[in-house]
Amino acid sequence: MRVGAFEAFGLVVRRELCLSFRRPDQLLQPLVFFLIVTTLFPLGLSLQLSLLRDMAPGVLWVAALLSSLLSLDSLFKSDADDGTLEQLALCGQGLTVIVVAKTFAHWLVTGAALVLVSPVVGTALGIPGAAFATMLLSLGLGTLTLSWLGAIGAGLTVGLKRGNVLLSLIVLPLAMPLLIFGAGATDRAISGTSAVGALYFLAALCVFTCTLAPFAATVALRITLE
Amino acid sequence: MWTWFYKLASPPYVYAAAAALAPWFLGLAAITVGYGLVDGLVYAPPDYQQGDAFRIIYVHAPSAWLSLFAYTSMALAGAIALVWRIKMGHAVAAASAPIGASFTVLALVTGSLWGRPMWGTYWAWDPRLTSELILLFLYVGVMSLRSAFEDPSRGDRAAALLGIVGLVNVPIIHYSVTWWNSLHQGATVAKLGKPPMPGSMLWPLLSMLLGFMLFYGAVLCMRLRGEVLNRERQAKWVREAIKS
Repeated sequence: MRVGAFEAFGLVVRRELCLSFRRPDQLLQPLVFFLIVTTLFPLGLSLQLSLLRDMAPGVLWVAALLSSLLSLDSLFKSDADDGTLEQLALCGQGLTVIVVAKTFAHWLVTGAALVLVSPVVGTALGIPGAAFATMLLSLGLGTLTLSWLGAIGAGLTVGLKRGNVLLSLIVLPLAMPLLIFGAGATDRAISGTSAVGALYFLAALCVFTCTLAPFAATVALRITLE
Repeated sequence: MWTWFYKLASPPYVYAAAAALAPWFLGLAAITVGYGLVDGLVYAPPDYQQGDAFRIIYVHAPSAWLSLFAYTSMALAGAIALVWRIKMGHAVAAASAPIGASFTVLALVTGSLWGRPMWGTYWAWDPRLTSELILLFLYVGVMSLRSAFEDPSRGDRAAALLGIVGLVNVPIIHYSVTWWNSLHQGATVAKLGKPPMPGSMLWPLLSMLLGFMLFYGAVLCMRLRGEVLNRERQAKWVREAIKS
């Protein structure tokens, strides 16, 4: 049975979501990690809310980057281990469609979930409610971009036994612009100035990586799979 | 017309060509760096604001430039190897990465040594220093990815792809880091029209720049020979080349 690219995309996304929701603990772990990391900072720094508010954007963004990175390792790994990925690569659909679908589904269960949790963390760190919209938008754009960058890294390291540390080593330098603009946007929103410039830049980065990264990730997978 | 291009794909030819080129590069590098050092450190006038401390520019600026130049050549060599399946491109990329990383370290060290008398601190989170540091991380990522694979050809291709991705990202990283206000002095040389640097200071700098590039070429040739020998160690011509 031959299916179109959009249908294949939908099928793979549905499969990924179904698999994730059957293992809810794996779904929750990155979120709990996100909460734990953000708890570490007040414990290690200070309990003064005014000081925390100054640090909040950075803390929030570093924690979001780290927890997204942790879950990236599983993007292709289990499917590559049991041969599913090779079957998907041979199924007649372009591998790019599969990569796009898998990455998008992965973002839905990690990045988007993280965005939904972030108001809780934001409140705990003293981010005022007026800045929430900017914070949510910047985190959404940032985690989506990071998922694309991470797909390249995960594709490159999928065949390796201990690829997890290497994955972070590869992806984190590429993700630094996200941190600068994401934390910058949130910071501006907290101080009440316009964050539009930083948000536009984040959106531009997001579109840029969404366009090019799927192809790079496909090439990466082909290199490590064949 | 394309025969020279195909010749580049042949390991014995690359091996011999690198051997022939290396002394030329090295000799010319000795002349240009020698002139640059003497003229820059002894004859160039001291800066009206920074005094003699500005002279570290003669090492700092060329190594910073070379760190980017080596990254670009590494990524381009990797891209050529990936697209046209020329294995020697991977050898060039593998030989280039450690040199580029060394220049990056040199730029960071000289930069922080320069920062101490000028800014009063060894390290400031200045945009250019920070993007140089991120460049070092990119180098480390490419080099460790290459060595992480048991199958060397797979490691080569993975590193080549990462190099290209990094090359696309270098300007983005650079400009986003420049978002912060800069402590670093603005561009001194790369301004069109009349450069703000007088010729007595500029000529030794340009000579050092050329010399560093020639030196990079020389070291690249030497490393490339080792890289080719290692990769082709099963081949007959290597055994003959070593015996003779």
